[in-house]
Amino acid sequence: MDDVKQLGTLLGRVADGDETAFAAVYEAVSGSVLGVALSVLRDRSQAEEVAQEVLVEVWRSAGRYRPDRGTVRTWVLTIAHRRAVDRVRSAQAATDRERRAARLEAALPEFDEVSEAVEDREERDRVRRCLGSLTEIQRRTVALAYYRGLTCREVSESLSVPLGTVKTRLRDGLLRLRDCLGVSDG
Amino acid sequence: MSTESMHGATGAYAANALPAAERAAFEAHLETCPPCAREVRELAATVALLGRAVAVRPPPELFDAVMRRVRELPAEPSGAAGAGASAEIGAGDGAGAGEYVPPGGVREAPGAAGSRTASEDDRAEDGRAEDGRAGARAAPARGRVQHARPGRPWLRWALAASLAAVAGLGGVAVWQAEQAGTARQDARRAEARAAELAEVLAAPDAKPVTGKLANGGTGTVVVSEDRNRAVFVASGMPAPPTGQVYQLWFADPAGSMRPAGLMDPARPGAPELMTGPVSGSTAVGVTLEPAGGSPAPTTEPLMVLALPAPGTP
Repeated sequence: MDDVKQLGTLLGRVADGDETAFAAVYEAVSGSVLGVALSVLRDRSQAEEVAQEVLVEVWRSAGRYRPDRGTVRTWVLTIAHRRAVDRVRSAQAATDRERRAARLEAALPEFDEVSEAVEDREERDRVRRCLGSLTEIQRRTVALAYYRGLTCREVSESLSVPLGTVKTRLRDGLLRLRDCLGVSDG
Repeated sequence: MSTESMHGATGAYAANALPAAERAAFEAHLETCPPCAREVRELAATVALLGRAVAVRPPPELFDAVMRRVRELPAEPSGAAGAGASAEIGAGDGAGAGEYVPPGGVREAPGAAGSRTASEDDRAEDGRAEDGRAGARAAPARGRVQHARPGRPWLRWALAASLAAVAGLGGVAVWQAEQAGTARQDARRAEARAAELAEVLAAPDAKPVTGKLANGGTGTVVVSEDRNRAVFVASGMPAPPTGQVYQLWFADPAGSMRPAGLMDPARPGAPELMTGPVSGSTAVGVTLEPAGGSPAPTTEPLMVLALPAPGTP
């Protein structure tokens, strides 16, 4: 976490148009940005398009980053996930998506497909360990919502559990992950 | 949603699992619920770690593609700005007449437009507003017009066009509050670029060279040896075919072409500050290239303009 401050400083320079600083920020976040897009979109070329948009957005919006709202990584990955999810939701009709959701569920708990990852192996192992500490329903809910970009309703249909339960499991699952990963505010 | 169920949606919100309408409602709720906001921040940081755990190695081309787009940005209004609702710029401070500049630049041939003032161009443009940015004022523009010298009609024309480019960006335009940071940033960069562009155009040694483009229209290169920079301005040039872009090149005496920037299709007629120094080049070329540009020309040049030899008056 010692790079948190450094990334914040770099982003400040990006806001002033510093390309070298941007290259450093790119180096730090691009792998995660592409990984998130790939996870949600399941399509290499679409994921690269979204990653490109997100990274250009980082350049353009650097001046809008608010350190009190979270770290640079969190900010960038929030943009990345939102963009990927928006893309996948606009791309397909609801019926397609339901079928797809069912397919995805069949394909799910394969967290091992991240073997390509290069960024911070320790971080990844920790996340995997913490995901393993969730209940089955929490873990699947979190994975379908975050890694596959499904809405609560889609998760509910996919797992055949009530909508309210999905929201509750998402919250208590993420709260447990938060504690396991030692995330704190500020 | 009740307050209780609102609070229960922090996880769904952080994971982007709420549909758009609920997302908006929850964001409104966040404003009034500091504990929810805090929880959302923590959960956003948590899911970011989930994201980090699936990082992959990006292909090297991704960086190049991003940098290409980033370098093209300063000359281009942000998406929000382009759609810009009421991009009325803060130029109201005792503004003299004549600083309204048409967006998209001047489209007439230099000769025809040379004697017109910027404000005349604006009136001519009024009511057309093809790109939805009419009415934007060029706050940073004022004053630079005065660099225009009598007896150099092309200069006045080129300057008016360059100011239009800034106007399109909307200095400190009023659009969505959340875009404000971006707007300021874009405007700052655009102003820096426009200032450099204006300096080239206004340089005492600036010389224009004009030629015809093979696909219709006219291209003018204004070169300043002192500043070692050049500006390209086109007029009457057709929009590039979909998926293609006009790319500028510097040619050296051996005939090799060095990339010198892309023309912004959103701003036909706006001058482009060519990328890189002029020195060592003897000509400027224009080609049609696939979107994003090419490292070397892939099509026959539409125009090759010989530059004035160094040291000529």
